[in-house]
Amino acid sequence: MHQTIDAALGINLLHANQEGADHNRTHFDEWGVTCFNVMSSPGAGKTVLLEKTLAALRDQLRLAVIEGDMTTELDANRLRAYDVPVVAINTGRSCHLDAKMVAGGIHQLELCTNPRELDLVLVENVGNLVCPAEFEVGEHAKVALLSVTEGEDKPLKYPVMFQAADCLLVTKIDLLPYLNVDIEQIQQNVRQLNPHATIIPVSAQTGIGLTEWFEWVHQQVTQRCQAIVGSH
Amino acid sequence: MHETDMTKALIATVKDWYDSQPEDPQIIKIHLVVGNFTCVEPVSLQFAYEVQTRDTFLAGTELVIRETPLIAFCHACQREYTPEIGLRYACPDCDTPMEDIRSGRELKIDHIEYCSDSVSAYAPNH
Repeated sequence: MHQTIDAALGINLLHANQEGADHNRTHFDEWGVTCFNVMSSPGAGKTVLLEKTLAALRDQLRLAVIEGDMTTELDANRLRAYDVPVVAINTGRSCHLDAKMVAGGIHQLELCTNPRELDLVLVENVGNLVCPAEFEVGEHAKVALLSVTEGEDKPLKYPVMFQAADCLLVTKIDLLPYLNVDIEQIQQNVRQLNPHATIIPVSAQTGIGLTEWFEWVHQQVTQRCQAIVGSH
Repeated sequence: MHETDMTKALIATVKDWYDSQPEDPQIIKIHLVVGNFTCVEPVSLQFAYEVQTRDTFLAGTELVIRETPLIAFCHACQREYTPEIGLRYACPDCDTPMEDIRSGRELKIDHIEYCSDSVSAYAPNH
């Protein structure tokens, strides 16, 4: 007898990725490592931010980078100059990192360093304001960048990214005198969606705001360490 | 482009369910719920699904997508409102930021219609 049956599933489409992300996070937690997922559109300044961060913090924190790039190792090579472990993941045609790719990156990292001796892993996602927001990779915090040259409206047009961010860096503010952009409006547009994010205007060129960013990084790592100590 | 990955995830999840059934069910329709406040475009998802299921166990099956609107709840006004995606997300009455999203973030496989030779193949929500 043939009959049509309706089976309720109610499974999230990203269920498999979420499981992978949770698995990665469990590893980070066991090792006492904090992980940030750094996201933005292409050219917003993720790599230069990481360069400044590695240069300033490598003597204070034990850092490593998992670098997502569609086809090249250009960004990874820039970061290797700072003498910290850098693992490059080529995503091929995929426009974002997912949990499985980052798991691969973690395994590569284990080959070149002891992850238990790290404090912070910075995952630089593929430049894209859309999909990276939906694919967790196991991070403890999401860091989004928006350069002032992109315009005030981007948080409204790409809301999922800005709604999910724990920290938003408004970058390239040294260019403000040359642009018809209202940085207050950028912040207000983000606040409509995300009242709790830490918003830090920065310029990697002049160094404005970077101290505040480094403090935020330290604060996150310290909080995580305390949470781990507290759980034992 | 990311709809390709979403479709891969969809196919993988359905395959897990398919393999868990006691006998190979003949799938007719897969019903998805996709919120308007996600990064997924239903038209692109339909296209990716058609292309990626060719010559697989899902060839010829239909993907039915139900979209859900973005609805937020304003705790200051104690009422729901519909933010204007791309324009304005704060409460239209009191300007409180959007915090409590009640609908629009769904991205799920809701149910599967399939044909089976035996009643015992029925495998509801687990």
